[in-house]
Amino acid sequence: MDWSLPLNASTQGVHIDNLFWLIFWITGVAFVLVEVGILWFLWRYRARDGHKAKYTHGHMGAEIVWTAVPAITMVFLGIYSGMIWADIRSPDSFPDDAMTIGVVAKQFEWNVIYPGADRVLGNDDDFTIRNRFEFPVGEPVIVRLESEDVIHSFFVPELRVKQDAVPGMTIPIWFEATETGEFQIACAELCGLGHYRMRARVVVHEADAFDVWYDEQTGVALDAAAE
Amino acid sequence: MATMTSESSGIPVRVEEHPQSFIKKYIFSTDHKVIGIQFLFTCLFFLAVGGLLAVMLRFQLGFPDQPMPGGNLLPEAMVADGYILPEFYNSLVTMHGTFMVFFAIMPLLVGVYANYLIPVQIGTHDMAFPRLNMISYWMFLVSGLVMLSSFWVIGGASAAGWTQYAPLSASPEASGVSTGQILWILSIAIFGFSSLLGSINYITTVINQRAPGMTWFRLPLVIWALFITAILGLLAIPVLTAALIMLLFDQTLGTTFFLPTEGGQPLLWQHLFWFFGHPEVYILILPAMGFVSEIIANGSRKPIFGYKSMVFAIISIALLGFIVWGHHMFQSGMNPALGMSFMISTLIIAVPSAIKVFNWMGTMWGGSIRFHTPMLFAVGFVMLFAIGGFSGIFMASSPVDIYIHDTYFIVAHIHYVLFGGSLFALYAAFYFWYPKMFGRMMSDKLGKIHFWLTFVFFNITFFPMHGIGMGGMIRRTYDPNQYELFQGMQDTNILITIGAIGLFLSGFLFAWNFFWSLKHGEKASANPWNANTLEWQTPSPAKHGNWEEIPVVYHGPYEYSHPDMDKDWLAQNERPDIVSPAHHS
Repeated sequence: MDWSLPLNASTQGVHIDNLFWLIFWITGVAFVLVEVGILWFLWRYRARDGHKAKYTHGHMGAEIVWTAVPAITMVFLGIYSGMIWADIRSPDSFPDDAMTIGVVAKQFEWNVIYPGADRVLGNDDDFTIRNRFEFPVGEPVIVRLESEDVIHSFFVPELRVKQDAVPGMTIPIWFEATETGEFQIACAELCGLGHYRMRARVVVHEADAFDVWYDEQTGVALDAAAE
Repeated sequence: MATMTSESSGIPVRVEEHPQSFIKKYIFSTDHKVIGIQFLFTCLFFLAVGGLLAVMLRFQLGFPDQPMPGGNLLPEAMVADGYILPEFYNSLVTMHGTFMVFFAIMPLLVGVYANYLIPVQIGTHDMAFPRLNMISYWMFLVSGLVMLSSFWVIGGASAAGWTQYAPLSASPEASGVSTGQILWILSIAIFGFSSLLGSINYITTVINQRAPGMTWFRLPLVIWALFITAILGLLAIPVLTAALIMLLFDQTLGTTFFLPTEGGQPLLWQHLFWFFGHPEVYILILPAMGFVSEIIANGSRKPIFGYKSMVFAIISIALLGFIVWGHHMFQSGMNPALGMSFMISTLIIAVPSAIKVFNWMGTMWGGSIRFHTPMLFAVGFVMLFAIGGFSGIFMASSPVDIYIHDTYFIVAHIHYVLFGGSLFALYAAFYFWYPKMFGRMMSDKLGKIHFWLTFVFFNITFFPMHGIGMGGMIRRTYDPNQYELFQGMQDTNILITIGAIGLFLSGFLFAWNFFWSLKHGEKASANPWNANTLEWQTPSPAKHGNWEEIPVVYHGPYEYSHPDMDKDWLAQNERPDIVSPAHHS
C-alpha cells in the first residue's frame, strides 16, 4: 500500500508538492484540534446526574478568533498558491527557448506531433508518433494540446502535469523534467468506452540520447516524405 | 424585532375535519406531511438503487479480473459471462452519481424535510400552495422512473458522467449512448421543474405564514437553511434547465451549442453546469447543517452557540456559492487568470463553514450531552464533514489541483461531504423526526449499532481514497491495472470494496428498523426528545392541519437549560406569564 505522492520528476512538481505538504500540515493540525476537541467535549460534558448544561448563547471574542484565524490562513494560502499558479500557467511564465511539441488526443489515443528537422511546429516536415511521447530531461518543453472529438485530459502523475484537451481549442502547457525514466500518460477525463485504456508511453531521455533519437526520427520522417 | 412580529402573523385558515378517501389522503394528497412522507419512501428506494450501483462499480474496481457474483442475472448488454462490460461500467458511474445527487440526497433533504418541517415548525396549517406541492412530488416520481427506465433501453443508460461534459454527452457517436442520454436529459429537466415548484412554495410559506411571534431570528436554524436552500434552487435550477434544453437540441436537432465543429464551445456547458452545480453542492449541505444544528443543541441541552453568526454563515455560504463555480474548471482550459479569482473566492467560502463547525463545538462545550442515535449521527456529521472541508482546501489551491484533479482524492472529498456530511445528517434526521412522522420510535439500540457500523465502514471505504488519490489514481476508470503506477494500489482497492459492501449491508439494518418500527415501535409521546421547536408541541403524529389553533411564539428555538426553570427545555410557544426567562437579544 503506497499512500503518498509518487516520485516527482519535474521542476513545477517541486512547488506543487511543497504546497501540498504545507496544506497537509495546516489542515493536519486543524484536523487534530477539531477531532480531539469533539471527543474531549463528548467525554467531559456527557450527561451526569446533578449537572445542568451551561446556559449561554455564545461568546463574541471566541467567535471573532475562530473567524479571523481561518480567514487569515485562507488569504495567505490564496496568495501563496496564486504565485505558484502564475509561475506555472500564466502566459508570461512560458519559456522562450522551449521545444514545442503538439499533442492531439482522440478516442482513445495520444498522437504526438514533433517538428521536423527545421524544429518548427506546424509545417510539412512535422512527424507524428502514436502513443509515445519522448523528450529530453533538463530542458523546458511546451505542449500544444488539442483534441479531435471529445474532452480528454493529459495527465502524467510523475511530472505533476494535468490539462484537459478540449476540441476546438489549442491549449499550451509547459514543464521541465528533472529525472529521466519511463512514465505513462493517463487520460484523466471520462471520454467514452475506451477511456480506461487511453494511455501512452512517456520516455524522458538524457539530452544526448534524445538528440540521437530525434535525428533518427527526422531521418525516418524525411525518408518517409521522400517515398 | 417588534415590528416584524406584526408582519409575520399567520394567515388564518379554518381547519376542516372531514373524512377523506384513501386515494385523496395518501396518494393524491395535498397535506404537506403526507407529501413529505411520499418523498421519504420514494427517495429511500432511490438511495438503495444508488447504493447498489456503487457496490457494483466497487466490485469491478476491487476485483477487475473476476466475474461479478450474480452478474449473470443482468442483461447481456451489461455483462459478458458475468464480467461487467466497460460500457456498463461508465453507465454505473454516471447513474450512481445521478441517483445519489438528484434522486436521493437532494430530495431527501429538501423534498422530505422542507415539506414536512416548514409548516409545522413555523406554526401554520400547510404550505402556501398545496396543489403545486402535490404536482412537485408527482413530477419528481416521474423523473426518477424515467431515469431508472434508461437502464433497459437500447444502448443502455447515459455513460457521460453525472456532470455530462459535452461533447461526450452531446454526440451519440462519441458516447455510444443515444436513447439513454436523451432520457437522462428529459428526466433531469422534469426533476428541475419539480424542484422549482418546491422552491417557490417553501419561500412563499416561510415569508408569509410564520405564526404570530415567529420573527426571523426566532426561526429554527433548519428553517433558515431550508429557506436559503430554496432560494439557491430558484436561482440555479433554471440555468441547468436551459443548458439541458441546449444539450437536448445538440443531441436530437443537430444544433451545435457545445460542439466545436460548427462554432460551438464545449466549455460553455461546463460554465452553465457548474453555475448550477456549485450552488447545488450547497443545496446538498445547508439543510444537513440545519438538521445538525437542531440535534446538537437538543442533544447537548444547550442553546446553539452563536445563533446569529450561524444564520449569517448560511447566508454568506449561499452568496459566495454563486461565484466559485470555476474551481471545478481549473484544468479545463479556462483562462488561467480566471483561475486566480475563483481560487480566492473558494478559499474564502471555507471561512463560514469553519465558523459553523466551531459553533457546533461551542454548543457541545459545557453541555449535558445525551447520546441518543440522532445525536451520534449529528456528531458523526461534524467529525466527517470537517475532514471533507479540510480536503477541500487542497483542491481549492489551484496548483495542487493540477495534480489531484480527477483523482480519487476528489472522490474521497465529495463522499466525506455528501455521505459523511449530508447522509449522516439525514440519518440523524430520520431517527429524530421519525416519531413525529409515524407516532412511534425507532429502536435506539439498533440505531446505535447502525451508527457504529456506518461510521466504521464509511471510513474504511472513503479514507483510503485519499491515499490512492495522492498516488494519482484517476476517477471513472474501469480498470486501474492498465497503468503501472496504479497496480500497487490493488490491495487498497480491495479494502475499499469490502468497506463499500459493509456500508451497503449496514443500510439493511436501518431499513429493518425503519419498517419494523412503523408497526411495532414503541409509541411516541408528543415530545420524546424534550425539544423546543413547535412541531413537538403538537401530537405525534401531527394531525391534518397540524394545529387546532395557531400557536403564538414567545421564545427562540434553543432555550435549553434555562437557569430559572426546573426542566431543561422551554417550548417556543410556552406562555411567558408561566415562565419568565431573561430574554436574550
